Amino acid sequence: MSKTVTALNGASWEGGIAHISEAPQQGMITLLGDLTAAAVIKAATGATGQEMPAQGKAQCAGEKGVCWMSPDEVLVLCPYAEIDKTLAKIKADLGDTHSLAVDVSDARALFVVQGPNAREVMAKLAPVDLHPATFTPGMFRRTRMAQVPAAFWMQEEDAFNVICFRSNAQYMFDLLKTAAQPGSEVGYFAAS
Amino acid sequence: MSTRLASGGRLVDQGQPINFSFNGNTLKGYAGDTLASALLANDQMLVGRSFKYHRPRGIVASGVEEPNALVNLGSGGTFEPNQRATTTELFDGLQATSQNHWPSLEFDVGAINAKLARFMPAGFYYKMFIHPRPLWKHVYEPFIRQAAGLGKAPKVRDEDTYEHFYAFCDVLVVGGGMAGLTAAKSAAASGAQVLVFEQTAHWGGRAPVDGGIVDGTPVDKVVDKLVSELSDMPNVTMRLRTMGAGVYDHGYVLGYEQLRDHAPKAQGPRHRLWRIRAGHVITATGALERPLSFAGNDIPGVMLASAVRDYVVNYGVSPGDRTVVVTNNDDAYRTALAIKHAGLSVPVILDARVPETDSPLMTAAKDAGIRVLMGHGVAKVLGGKRVTGVAVCAQAGEGAILEEIECDTVAMSGGWSPVVHLWSHCGGKLSWDNDFAMFRPDVDKAPTGQDGSGFVSAAGAANGHFGLSEVLSDAHASGGTAAKATGHAKSRRKAPKAESVDEAPMAPVWLMPQGAGVTLRGKAWLDYQNDVKVSDVQLAAQEGFESVEHAKRYTTLGMATDQGKLSNINGLAILSDALDQPIPQTGTTTFRPPYTPISMGAIGGEARGEVFQPVRRTAMYDWHEANGADWEPVGQWRRPLAYVQPGENLHDAVMRETKNVRENLGLLDASTLGKIIVKGPDAGRFLDMLYTNMMSTLKPGKCRYGLMCGENGFLIDDGVVARIDEDTFLCHTTTGGAEHIHGHMEEWLQTEWWDWKVYVANVTEQYAQIAVVGPKARAALEALGGMDVSQEELGFMEWADGSIGGFDVRVYRISFSGELSYEIAVKASEGQAFWDALMAVGAAHDVMPYGTEALHILRAEKGFIMIGDETDGTVIPQDLGLHWALSKKKEDYLGKRAHLRTHMADPTRWKLVGLETTDGSVLPDGAYAVAEGTNDNGQRNVQGRVTSTYHSPNLDKGIAMGLILNGPDRMGEVLEFPGTDGKTHSARIVSPVFYDPEGEKQNV
Repeated sequence: MSKTVTALNGASWEGGIAHISEAPQQGMITLLGDLTAAAVIKAATGATGQEMPAQGKAQCAGEKGVCWMSPDEVLVLCPYAEIDKTLAKIKADLGDTHSLAVDVSDARALFVVQGPNAREVMAKLAPVDLHPATFTPGMFRRTRMAQVPAAFWMQEEDAFNVICFRSNAQYMFDLLKTAAQPGSEVGYFAAS
Repeated sequence: MSTRLASGGRLVDQGQPINFSFNGNTLKGYAGDTLASALLANDQMLVGRSFKYHRPRGIVASGVEEPNALVNLGSGGTFEPNQRATTTELFDGLQATSQNHWPSLEFDVGAINAKLARFMPAGFYYKMFIHPRPLWKHVYEPFIRQAAGLGKAPKVRDEDTYEHFYAFCDVLVVGGGMAGLTAAKSAAASGAQVLVFEQTAHWGGRAPVDGGIVDGTPVDKVVDKLVSELSDMPNVTMRLRTMGAGVYDHGYVLGYEQLRDHAPKAQGPRHRLWRIRAGHVITATGALERPLSFAGNDIPGVMLASAVRDYVVNYGVSPGDRTVVVTNNDDAYRTALAIKHAGLSVPVILDARVPETDSPLMTAAKDAGIRVLMGHGVAKVLGGKRVTGVAVCAQAGEGAILEEIECDTVAMSGGWSPVVHLWSHCGGKLSWDNDFAMFRPDVDKAPTGQDGSGFVSAAGAANGHFGLSEVLSDAHASGGTAAKATGHAKSRRKAPKAESVDEAPMAPVWLMPQGAGVTLRGKAWLDYQNDVKVSDVQLAAQEGFESVEHAKRYTTLGMATDQGKLSNINGLAILSDALDQPIPQTGTTTFRPPYTPISMGAIGGEARGEVFQPVRRTAMYDWHEANGADWEPVGQWRRPLAYVQPGENLHDAVMRETKNVRENLGLLDASTLGKIIVKGPDAGRFLDMLYTNMMSTLKPGKCRYGLMCGENGFLIDDGVVARIDEDTFLCHTTTGGAEHIHGHMEEWLQTEWWDWKVYVANVTEQYAQIAVVGPKARAALEALGGMDVSQEELGFMEWADGSIGGFDVRVYRISFSGELSYEIAVKASEGQAFWDALMAVGAAHDVMPYGTEALHILRAEKGFIMIGDETDGTVIPQDLGLHWALSKKKEDYLGKRAHLRTHMADPTRWKLVGLETTDGSVLPDGAYAVAEGTNDNGQRNVQGRVTSTYHSPNLDKGIAMGLILNGPDRMGEVLEFPGTDGKTHSARIVSPVFYDPEGEKQNV
């Protein structure tokens, strides 16, 4: 049944200095708990095959991963189709350990900002040091972009995955397009 | 007259002519010109009129300090007022018009004010227009507004785009002159990340004009070499046309980059606002030359000596054939020599000093055949719209004229003031330097960062060092300091060495001649832009405005768009003299960012048009839009107020929707309501503290309405709580409350009850939630097929998970309308599909979508309160008759203690009642019920107010709720509500529950 849709139906744009596209649906689970507790570590790593991330890091491979959100929260990534199975496994692994695991896949929109100028596009919107020596693939930031909350990480150089709330998807898409408008290269990171 | 020289001009390309227009006349300039140099080349010395007296004013400076040459630039969507001609780069097709004159620049009616100057001293407006009071509003103010003002406000939307950019660096160098470049190189050699800003289009600052030899090489070549070396370093970023606008706490600096002002046809944003976090800031912002205060120093043709030099050397423009130089320092001699070198005439240098021996520059001037008069000054400038000559006097005297000398330009120099603005923005202190008569950064009192150490260093002229060799060693050292401060090893390289030139000491000259009488002082301008004279500042002191900040505001000295760049030091020297106290005791006014005005567009950045602000959309937004939604903003969300069908107006649509819910079936997009999961062994205990009523006793599978108060007892939110399992609750909040109630929960959990085992998660956006409401709701759901939604299986105030029409759903039997109602949550990605399924199956049950206005009427018919209508941050549950929701069993909850305060327990607090107009009309929203008598201010006493008011189509009359003094005890009484429409409305106090008081319809 093709009744599920992403917020913008996979919109994309390449008229500017970076390629902006809405990613297909991505499974996301918010996991709150003591990140040093064995059951919590087992739940997060067991469901993804990834290590627990250090502060400010994302441990990702393909559609699976664990991202550090706060001292008591990680974001677990899994294929959208496997969300129920993954959540069930996480809950089983957590057992009686005080924690909260909940599906937030549909609460979010996911965008990819790609190209040699991707860093500059992001740096126009988020108060984050995106210098190539400072922000590297594998790092994860919860921050704001212009006027909305957002989080992002780089899976590889020149490609940012950006998460925002689903209701802000259109704003985020328009925002990224604005920041990537033709002729708006900054040239700040190019020197490095 | 001013004109273009046959050759020369290091910045212009005489092979590339450019056409531009000034006041409609097409003029010719060259690539590399500023608008000011091009105007001078076309003999357009008169460029504007002054603010108060409408005196003719000409170009004074060559940079950002220019007070007079402000023009309107562009037209239509690119129009911008108050642009400085001296910093506007010329481009083909540039359109400029002069400001503040009527009917024309050459003939201005307002100039009559100048004749009345004697009657318009400092504080004139304050003194004149205070009496009689009513005349201010109706006569004086409109007249003054018409007459005042520099440029005009733009009338159409700005066509351009703007952006912000967040940058982080170790060392930010503001200023790309020799000091800035040297400091940047010294810092960069240590490996630090360095960002260099230069506000003009050229590197090197004054050095290429002023000259000098560094390590055996002419300084202009040294600049080129430095720039090329720095550009090649991977850890250095260089930016021209970018100004350091302000320095703030924690190394935060704003930079203002003008990307396309010189190339309007280029793509991309016009301005970029750099929002920088710098480890260390070096202000290499140079110095500004001060004017001299002599009579007629504002007549077009009187210019700063350095500016005259700039126009000759940089742009190949002669400001005049005969230039009299008047000075109190050696630097102006460079101007005399440059003029002479260009083949023009310098009839005399008037030097206010009487030196014992000649300095090398004096000797050079004399050797060049220039007449030098020591101990002399200008008594007054001759001319009206243009200088025709100067009257020479002895500086020591009172202005007796010794001779008159014909000239068409006066180049004046009153010494130099370091640009200490950026140093001062964040608290850097200044010290007074007696030798140079200037304020300079007090290096021991730099702006301090979070660790208490200074995070700003001044370098070069900005630090009070003027000789090229002192500039270079100071800048080199600053770069090393900055590198060290940001954790890099100081470079061991030596500072470049310049050949030093001995200069005779300057002598402070604040008034010329020093004994100038009242007539001369009344024509000696301090602030050109705001028309403040020496005599005005002296009057302010005499009238008791002794503080520099008071004198500034009383006289308006330094309050124009140039923020007193030329006038401040001269003004406070005059003030100090009038108060008979040393200058440092008078002090300076506060330096505030931005250094020069920056565009509103740059401040707004990308936030304009479709991304002006976020608009939050539910999963069904597009459907609503396509089906006639009239949108209501609710926080950042857009919710349909009503769906207007062809042939009806908004009111018709609301009435239709409201009736249909009671009679048939309505669908409401309720997705925006907050949904917060609260889980853990202490979840029940936690919710008992947050809500006023008991939540821990709620059974899994059940729902309960709850009220939330803040610590002070006032209502902050309400909503239905569902218990999911023993450890888990789902709390619904209002649409606007989702984020801040989530934050409220986290705050209490993190700061007070940190040892309680509770986790909360905001899952509002995970779900699309649709209210299926009306007597036919069950039949429709049954037709769609799936889980049992009967009264027996799913009773009122119960919830259940299941499947309907093939969708995984969670169904809540809750009702905000008083009708049979199911609120059904599905995954947001399936929201539209589920809505479509409900619309399809509902067709047989007369389904209609309904919006928030119908929702409001339906709840008002039932007497249900709405947070934000019945509450406004000052209302407590007791005011709304919600005593039943205040648990008496609980020992404590947020707000409980506050409710015991005398004011909260006061029986005369206004209480909620229903209101019904005597004629069936609708009460005006927010109207007050009047009482007998008047208060101390002579206003009618009041005894209540309307909080919600609607026309109810189901009852066919106006219904309202309101908070009324002793309301519940006054049933049946009729109150009067004067409206703003002049009518007085009468309404009877009734029960707030207008419809189905027994609640039978929702529980079927």
